[in-house]
Amino acid sequence: MLLNQFLLLGAILFCAGVYGVLARRNGVMVLMSVELILNAVNINLVAFGAYLHNPSGQVFALFVIAIAAAEVGVGLALVLMLYRNRQSIDVDDVDLMKG
Amino acid sequence: MIAQLWVAENIAFGIIAIMMVVAAIRVVTTRNIVHAALYLVLVLAGVAALYILLAAEFVAITQVLVYIGAIVVLFLFGIMLTRAPMGDMHDSDNEQRIVGAVISAVLLGVMGYTLWKAFGHKQFQDLTVQTTQQVSNSIFSTYLIPFEVVSVVLLAALIGAIVLARRD
Repeated sequence: MLLNQFLLLGAILFCAGVYGVLARRNGVMVLMSVELILNAVNINLVAFGAYLHNPSGQVFALFVIAIAAAEVGVGLALVLMLYRNRQSIDVDDVDLMKG
Repeated sequence: MIAQLWVAENIAFGIIAIMMVVAAIRVVTTRNIVHAALYLVLVLAGVAALYILLAAEFVAITQVLVYIGAIVVLFLFGIMLTRAPMGDMHDSDNEQRIVGAVISAVLLGVMGYTLWKAFGHKQFQDLTVQTTQQVSNSIFSTYLIPFEVVSVVLLAALIGAIVLARRD
């Protein structure tokens, strides 16, 4: 197995996530795209850890998983508050501070 | 030393990778939000399978428990509580769709080229299983302080989510 197989797969997932963040209207779908990005990073970390025979890669992947759980919790709470205040979770409508 | 061929691993990687790429593209293009969540499950399961392929047992189990077990359920709760339209949405993407596609394609090209230049044909020599014991030794010695900080971050996120989401 090449190291690059895993890194390129991570790059593809990352770019799919970037597209989702840019193009999606629904707040929950934007959060799903962020999850794709975080998973791409995790694949890279674990692949490098396995390549270098170093457990640090896995440790950092675990940290990223923990932060992702926290991020989803707060993010969904924000989306919920947005829905409660505006009856819509279209992130393009949240432009009160636009000049 | 003759390089290992890794035939079985490569076949498994190919199947998992194709499944993951298709599912990831469906996550960001499907018009049905529940389908997007279910395709996300497919991607996350593929990532867990890759961790097993890389002999990272503990991270694979954590991936299944935390992502597929908890985060996807949170997403489904979010979909339900915000009463998103369950069927096809015709305005699920905004007008930046073309620009976004171009940006992510350019990003993929640049990243792919750089990765190919940097790591060209580096092979995995041998995949020794990094046991849960080694990982936990590393967490509780080298990374003890980051570990404690992560638990404080989780507590802060918990309190923050409750404060944001409660009705008053």
